[in-house]
Amino acid sequence: MFRDGVKSGVAIAIGYAPVALTFGLLAKSTGLSLMDTTLMSMIVFAGAAQYISLNLLSLGTGPFEIILTTFILNIRHFLMSASLNEKAEHDALWKKALYAFGITDETFSVAAMKEGTISASYMFGLIFISYSSWVVHSAIGHIVGGYLPENVQVSLSVALYAMFVGLLVPAVKTERKALWLAVCSGLMNCALLLWLNVPKGWAIVISTIVSAICIQWIVEKRKETEYAQ
Amino acid sequence: MHNNLFLIILGMGIVTYIPRMLPLTVFHRIHLPPFWRGVLRNVPYATLGALIVPGIFLIQDDPVFGILGFVSAVIAAWLGANVMGVVFISVLVLTVYTMVS
Repeated sequence: MFRDGVKSGVAIAIGYAPVALTFGLLAKSTGLSLMDTTLMSMIVFAGAAQYISLNLLSLGTGPFEIILTTFILNIRHFLMSASLNEKAEHDALWKKALYAFGITDETFSVAAMKEGTISASYMFGLIFISYSSWVVHSAIGHIVGGYLPENVQVSLSVALYAMFVGLLVPAVKTERKALWLAVCSGLMNCALLLWLNVPKGWAIVISTIVSAICIQWIVEKRKETEYAQ
Repeated sequence: MHNNLFLIILGMGIVTYIPRMLPLTVFHRIHLPPFWRGVLRNVPYATLGALIVPGIFLIQDDPVFGILGFVSAVIAAWLGANVMGVVFISVLVLTVYTMVS
């Protein structure tokens, strides 16, 4: 099971590499030491929040604002963890508490699209390879900077998005509901982000909750009318 | 640079861990009504939608870059490529595109 997790985490590990390398490079130019850069990737393990914290640090923002911004950005993981809990096996609590640390947009997406239940050992494998890639590449990014050719770096920036598409499309092919959920949530996210300037973390939370509830409501209403006929 | 940078990092780590941990450990025994269980089962698809759109179209200033990446990923996945294959193909397509343009 651990091996299954590692196998399904390879795509994440590859996708994380350029993102973490860039983080390491930016952290260096922001003035963080190699130690602080690596520690941040080890302790926080959340890409978007780490990028934004660098920005805030360079602007001289206070600790409270930085931590609050991180919280707002990462509150979406609450929803992901609650959703994973629905298919999590009854493992020892300390094991669940341990793998909860490794829930990111990417590890969540892969685990959620897996068939059947998810065990702690699967999650450990999935997180082990993703986390290792994140931490190691952050450090390498700080040490060597952009060693990849410019155009490869640019094209690798699509990797994690391509992975999300690769996870979603098979579900959409078998279940019409998945398509409606994704389209509805994606469009709402556009409106919130680009139109109303809602912070990224909240925009994802709001569009996910609203679409998940609305579509569920529509599905149940349809069932009711079918029974009534 | 802050002298208390380590404390900031620790604080960031704690506020990131708490939302990840609570549902799996503290609230895990709560039995939800079927409607809300259905909503939670919908969450992954809705999340993926919001993670992909509009992000993929905004990676680079050039809008063609994102559109090309999106379309090649969708086609590869639709034709049955696994996740690794989808990643490989869209990175390849965009590498060629950045070399040509």
